[in-house]
Amino acid sequence: MARIIGGLTTSHVPSIGGAIARGEQQTPYWKPFFDAFIPVHEWLAKEKPDLAIVIYNDHGLNFFFDRMPTFAVGAAARYDNADEGWGIPVLPSFEGDTELSWHMINGLVHDEFDITMCQEFLVDHAFTLPLKLMYPNAGPTWPIKAIPVTINSVQHPLPSAARCWKLGQAIGRAVESFPKDLKVVVLGTGGLSHQLDGARAGFINKPFDLMCMDKIVNDPVALTRFSNREIIEQAGSQGVELMTWIAMRGALSGRVDTVTSMYHAPISNTGGAVMLLSNEPAPARLAAE
Amino acid sequence: MDDLKGIPGTPVFTGAEASEGLALNKMCFSFNAAANREEFLKDEEAYMTSYGLNEKQKAAIRARNVLQLIAAGGNVYYLAKFAGIFGLNVQDIGAQQTGMTIEAFKAHLAAQGV
Repeated sequence: MARIIGGLTTSHVPSIGGAIARGEQQTPYWKPFFDAFIPVHEWLAKEKPDLAIVIYNDHGLNFFFDRMPTFAVGAAARYDNADEGWGIPVLPSFEGDTELSWHMINGLVHDEFDITMCQEFLVDHAFTLPLKLMYPNAGPTWPIKAIPVTINSVQHPLPSAARCWKLGQAIGRAVESFPKDLKVVVLGTGGLSHQLDGARAGFINKPFDLMCMDKIVNDPVALTRFSNREIIEQAGSQGVELMTWIAMRGALSGRVDTVTSMYHAPISNTGGAVMLLSNEPAPARLAAE
Repeated sequence: MDDLKGIPGTPVFTGAEASEGLALNKMCFSFNAAANREEFLKDEEAYMTSYGLNEKQKAAIRARNVLQLIAAGGNVYYLAKFAGIFGLNVQDIGAQQTGMTIEAFKAHLAAQGV
């Protein structure tokens, strides 16, 4: 059976791509953020996950306002990155897993998530940069397959935190009912607090971010009680990317422990955060298997 | 339903903004392609007209003014592609919107991380 062995959250600001392209990982500005991935690399080398489900928000590469799905799931054999308009390098394509994609889609629709299913899916920086951070030396091929899942974070009404939590739970159920032996890691990318637009542009809320990082491990349901207005107030208008973290955490149904956790602000206009959580199957469920 | 309006300094992009900004955002979406960015730079007026921008949107594009672009229905993720044509990043547009110098804006970001 497929197993979810862990969850990873990270900020995905495009300037990470610029810093990588310019080799600035060890400059004082970037070092705290990039060094947060050293324990992630060690964990990946030991655990060797086969596939990443990447929950993120599209920023106007794959979707436009002509058709804006609340939730979308990739079902492609290959996912290409592309030019997003502001000059970070395009990264190599990713191999998908159509069998698991369709299994997830079947499970999600069965669980009343009427997602959009996509056999063509351009993946943007919010998908590619976290994988590049996980596998900095990869290329031209990646050591992991990947499947994109997007949450609309651009046009209101956005789904609620509670809904995203349930989406993650449904993803978890679907993956863990997949009959093939696969080690899966679930990513939630984005955040934490930031605001790009308006007179409050540049808003970062470190206390709120630190609270989220604690709750995401120990009491994730507390985060699902925030309204979208409260999240915008507390985390900024683009801080709604917290939804991807909540969905990731929903997919982890076992005993969750922190492998590594780092907060450093600012990176670009954002409260930078990286967390790796391990997910051990609960004893009762192991016995049932 | 959440009332999203009224958070100080915080625009929210709802259906009304999506309707008003469709042409503007569609033009900005086209800037994903390098050929379109070049075409815009060659003849900005003709490019805006071909996407059907209204006068308010054209004026905001001419002025390179982010707050005006948002007021005309622009969405910041798409406006970032417009800003990218001129090599401007999110600190540049943050400084412009808040009326700070770039240095002051960066200091403001850094102060919140302490």
